[in-house]
Amino acid sequence: MGKFWAFVFLLIPVLGVAVFVAAADDANYWFPIDVSEYGHNVDRLFMVILWLTGAVFVATEIALVWFILRYDRKANTAPVKFTHGSHTLEVVWTVLPAATLLFIAIYQMNVWADTKVRRPEEPGVVVEVTARQFEWRLRYPGDDGKFDTPDDIYTVNDLHVPVDEEIMVRLKSQDVLHSFFLPNLRVKQDAVPGMEIPVWFKAKSQGAFDLVCAELCGWGHYKMKGRLTVQSRADFDRWLAELEAEGQRTQSEAVENSETEE
Amino acid sequence: MSTTAEGFLAHDDGHAGHKEPGFISKYVFSLDHKVIGLQFLFSTLIWFLIGGLLALGIRWQLAWPWSDVPIFGELVFGAEGGQMSPEFYTMLFTMHATVMIFFVIIPVLAGAFGNFLIPLMIGADDMAFPTLNMLSYWFMWPAFICMGASFFVDGGAAAGGWTSYPPLSVVPEAAPGSGMGQTLWLFGVTFVGISSMMGSINYMTTIICMRAPGMTMFRLPLTIWAMFITAVLQAFALPVLTAAGFMQVMDRLGGTGFFLPEGNIVNNSAAAAGGGQPLLWQHLFWFYSHPAVYIMILPAMGMVSDILACFARKPIFGYKPMVYSISGIAGLGFVVWGHHMFVSGMNPYLGMTFMTATMMIALPSAIKVFNWLGTLWGGKIIFTTAMLFAMSFVSMFIVGGLSGIFMAATPVDIFIHDTYFIVAHFHYVLFSGTAMAVFGAIYYWFPKMFGRMMNEFWGKIHFFLTFIFLNGTFFPMHILGIVGFPRRLADPYHYETFSQLLEMNQFMTICAIGMVATQIIFAINFFGSIFFGPKCGRNPWGANGLEWTAPSPPGHGNFDVQPVVYRGPYEYGSPEVDTDNYLQTQPPPEGKESD
Repeated sequence: MGKFWAFVFLLIPVLGVAVFVAAADDANYWFPIDVSEYGHNVDRLFMVILWLTGAVFVATEIALVWFILRYDRKANTAPVKFTHGSHTLEVVWTVLPAATLLFIAIYQMNVWADTKVRRPEEPGVVVEVTARQFEWRLRYPGDDGKFDTPDDIYTVNDLHVPVDEEIMVRLKSQDVLHSFFLPNLRVKQDAVPGMEIPVWFKAKSQGAFDLVCAELCGWGHYKMKGRLTVQSRADFDRWLAELEAEGQRTQSEAVENSETEE
Repeated sequence: MSTTAEGFLAHDDGHAGHKEPGFISKYVFSLDHKVIGLQFLFSTLIWFLIGGLLALGIRWQLAWPWSDVPIFGELVFGAEGGQMSPEFYTMLFTMHATVMIFFVIIPVLAGAFGNFLIPLMIGADDMAFPTLNMLSYWFMWPAFICMGASFFVDGGAAAGGWTSYPPLSVVPEAAPGSGMGQTLWLFGVTFVGISSMMGSINYMTTIICMRAPGMTMFRLPLTIWAMFITAVLQAFALPVLTAAGFMQVMDRLGGTGFFLPEGNIVNNSAAAAGGGQPLLWQHLFWFYSHPAVYIMILPAMGMVSDILACFARKPIFGYKPMVYSISGIAGLGFVVWGHHMFVSGMNPYLGMTFMTATMMIALPSAIKVFNWLGTLWGGKIIFTTAMLFAMSFVSMFIVGGLSGIFMAATPVDIFIHDTYFIVAHFHYVLFSGTAMAVFGAIYYWFPKMFGRMMNEFWGKIHFFLTFIFLNGTFFPMHILGIVGFPRRLADPYHYETFSQLLEMNQFMTICAIGMVATQIIFAINFFGSIFFGPKCGRNPWGANGLEWTAPSPPGHGNFDVQPVVYRGPYEYGSPEVDTDNYLQTQPPPEGKESD
């Protein structure tokens, strides 16, 4: 039976690698298209870890299969190797993974700092995003560039940003935890009531993308869907102006509109 | 043999001259660690079934959203025409996780196997505190009742996720399940905590004080080491969860605001209390629940080590590094909780600290895998069902361990956080890992528990189908996660990014149904063998541990003579003796000092 069980265990590395290779080859089953300035760093780091762990995965799983085949009681006529271990081996397989893991840890710190620590100094657009059950309320500062002034512009679920500019989001929540997830920009940040958390990104190409709530926020969590539209600066300004002209200056009006849409 | 007053009392009950214990004191309010262990085992198996059915509910919705649920649909959602509501879906995944973690994995490892094995494997006649031990089981019942009843209260059971993050879990207006169901949930978890604490104190005392003569700490089986370290983890981490749970109860019922910020408006009603911080709960919760992750895997690692050595007929490779890595995992386990919170809004500099600590905790896990492989190397492997499950634990733990490195890397975690990549990771560790190890342990120690053997042929069928189906269910979750497919969404397919993933989810659900159905084979084999399995002797596997020198099943007091230990538990294939096993109690041949 040793051969049969070796075959069963062999399925893991073979199918495991096959599934990843097939998925990586099919845009439907891999990372969503990346349109951000920093996102490729995340993807590249993922691939570095995937290659490293993939090598360890294949090596250890194949070793397991080989031992099952080779040391089957029925096949192995030699006496068991009566050993309690090897000091040298223990040192080797402690130091090597330790070095690799430290390498990964240090290698990625810069990417983390870019996305979470080093804020852009002069963002092109600042927008306040307030999450609430089950919608995204958005506020642009208007012409004066300041919030809490009469010319603030309000809208709901429809986030527009200009392309190739640093966008600074002031993320808030009104009620419970939410998470601001832009898959195509590799951005995810929880919104916490009582906190204002800065989130920044820069989109490189135009288009419409999903804005997903990624932290459980109640029964309607699944439908807390927003839309991110990346457009040229001119289109963005026109859109803002139209919003302003429509007179959606107060939050309550914007909310009424969103409710009648439903 | 017993060193405590309670031990003597318990012991006296079964002695000649006293009357035999009645049914109630023998099987219900028993002080015998073996009976208590089996009580835990049977309770957890029943909850395992419930948790599995809850999982199927989740899988059904993800494969065929908003369609009529077969069999249970009419019964549960008759009012909605047989379809699941989104509230019900949030309740399903909350309770699936709660049941599996608090009522299955933790009690089956520490409660069932810890209880059954610790005194037998260290050569004691019972636990140090038998009454406390009995109470640790009976304190599970208020928890069972709270959780069980919560399904039937107004608003249904808790629906704030098993992590119970406030304000969702604290403010009753936030969700239907945040009413009475959430309060019962908090009480239920607290009772589980009391039960675990009683067990943990007992295990530590028993392992330190009641080892048989000659059983030094470094002659303990790795199962016992793992149970010991687990008990220490529980003793240090649990008070934090209990305190946090109590604070949440106060927020809900007492009008305090530990976790509620100023000016919170939920569902158009302003909260009266304020001044708190939702992140505080996350820190407190994960300060317990991250060590709890290791509580849920270390005993499984220990039991797998024992099974692997026994059926490779070879000493465990690197016994001391194994012990040190268990301890290392436990120590580091206290300083990595922040990796659950990389995108939570905590200080991003903390992310770097927790990331480095988290990377380092992968190291002892890697050492364990290499040593398990080293144990198989050069052995003479016997393919019993228990061995197959133990080897599959190693194979699956490699997958689950390696996928952890992705989420330890903070930038990658930004993308995969709260996606199915995480779901894949912890199911590989907890189901494919721990649950497979538990199956292995059941097949391995069943003869000792009941004095009969389980059927090996059906055991292997059970193993084969479970192994195939679990990979069919959980492996594609990695791919879902890479696409960004978020957890806990009742219907993710209306997002353009995820709409193409429906077919993959249907495949996974079919595998999940197959996996649950396969457990029928196990149930029949398990319960059938209790009554009809072939009777076995004391040591059916030719193993070395002390438990195999006791009768099967061991009577009250476990051993007929006081065992004396001469060596460690893994001296298989020793050149000192002609047999390939070498019992811990067997005196060394003349003129040789055995270690």
